[in-house]
Amino acid sequence: MDLILRGVSHGYDRTEVLADISIEIAAKEIVCIIGPSGCGKSTLLRLIGGLEHPKAGEVLMRGEPPSGSLNPLTYVFQDFALLPWRSVEGNISLALEDHRLSAAERSAIIDDVLRRTKLTDFRKALPRQLSGGMKQRVAIARALSVRPAVMLMDEPLSALDSQTRELLMDDLIDLWQREAFTACYVTHNLAEAVRLGHRIVVMSRRPGRIREVVEIDVPLGERMRNLALMEERQRHLWELMREEALAADRELADVG
Amino acid sequence: MSADVEAGSFGRPPEMETVRPVPYRGGGFRPRPVRFVAPLVFAVLIVLWEMGSRSGLISSLVLPAPSEAFEAFRYLAESGLLWQHLSASLYRLILGWTFGSLLGMAVGMSIGLFSLARAGLLPLVSALFPIPKIALLPLFVIWFGIGEGSKVATILFGTFFPTVIATYGGVDNVDRALIRMGQSFGLSWWSILRKIIIPGALPAILSGCRISASIAIILLVAAEMIGAEYGVGAYILTAGSLMATDQLIAGVALLSAMGLAVGWLIGRAEAVLLRWRG
Repeated sequence: MDLILRGVSHGYDRTEVLADISIEIAAKEIVCIIGPSGCGKSTLLRLIGGLEHPKAGEVLMRGEPPSGSLNPLTYVFQDFALLPWRSVEGNISLALEDHRLSAAERSAIIDDVLRRTKLTDFRKALPRQLSGGMKQRVAIARALSVRPAVMLMDEPLSALDSQTRELLMDDLIDLWQREAFTACYVTHNLAEAVRLGHRIVVMSRRPGRIREVVEIDVPLGERMRNLALMEERQRHLWELMREEALAADRELADVG
Repeated sequence: MSADVEAGSFGRPPEMETVRPVPYRGGGFRPRPVRFVAPLVFAVLIVLWEMGSRSGLISSLVLPAPSEAFEAFRYLAESGLLWQHLSASLYRLILGWTFGSLLGMAVGMSIGLFSLARAGLLPLVSALFPIPKIALLPLFVIWFGIGEGSKVATILFGTFFPTVIATYGGVDNVDRALIRMGQSFGLSWWSILRKIIIPGALPAILSGCRISASIAIILLVAAEMIGAEYGVGAYILTAGSLMATDQLIAGVALLSAMGLAVGWLIGRAEAVLLRWRG
């Protein structure tokens, strides 16, 4: 299933947040969205997942979600959004309980996603017992459990320290290589975008427009062996963003 | 030493200076539970009181000795009146508090969830909450009769309002990110309420219960002071009008014990229901 955005614009009260965004997210592709703070990246993700209505334009789905998909558009949040009163298993089960599944089916799905995210030993643990990286693994396991057509990831690694971030990036690449998933990945971290994105959408400051779409045609698994090339791509992205980020920074200072 | 440091000039060579430890400025501001102190404080106070009474320092007219109050209590227990008073009080307390809390939770929940309920009911709650329900007791007697009705109603109304406020505050404080997560996974409205909002509001609801339980005991005594034959409040009132201060102290101690028991029960409920907080 592909996602198509046509001329999407959005705003709150009188501030325009997003202006005329048109992109396509093809199946099995990871599209990263980067931009300065306040450029409406997270708003865009909420619009894509149907948590908000755009003021203008439309978000469309083309084709059918994969068979057995319980929640075609599934989020992974920056703050993990785990229920603190439920165990790892219970948090994953939450996403499945509203669907017609037998207890055995549900348990089989939980087993599978826990194994894929290397969480099998933590099945009964409560969120407060887990580190930030483990919590985000649980959130990713929960997202995988509903077999999403597109994963909408809102700065999923931004709340983690840089070492944990590295580990989780490796895990995400590993997951994608074993079973390719479609994702729209919002981040402000250029290194993440360069490591994980097949295409990188660079946005301007508010109101957010698409400045450029950078394609990186190195397969995800080979990127760590092409560090020089990655470094160069990252510098190119930073050049695109630098002025926007500077201007956005000034803008916020004016408002505040 | 690094090149940057060496390049600058930093006064005298280090070996000339005196060496001393960095002063410690942390610690404090963190009371820890200390066992056996609470019972010890109680015991010391009672012993001092008893000694004061025995030596004549405290006149038995002003304050009876703890041993006399205990004697009155023993008489109460042996005559079988204790159970009669206690059961009458507990009946009113449990009935009034249970229904007051349940209604309060339902109304608080709807204020927390629905715009119309919030707009319509919240001003009403704010207007009625500060009224001392004791002042309405004569009205309750007219409306619900001199019997059990008016007493249960007083407790019910008294516990209703704090529960409403605790519940809607708890619902308001449920992490919006969790609700958005529920919606993003396509959970039904009912599932979000049951699995996200109610557990999220539970800490606030339980601390509301603690407050409403104390209010219930205060109102119980007030209500039993009007036309009740049995009940701890009635017992205290009779003792007071007969100047039987030993019975009065025994009755007050009984109320205190009831308060402690209720507090303990809610503490147990918190320990079980909020285990996830650790």
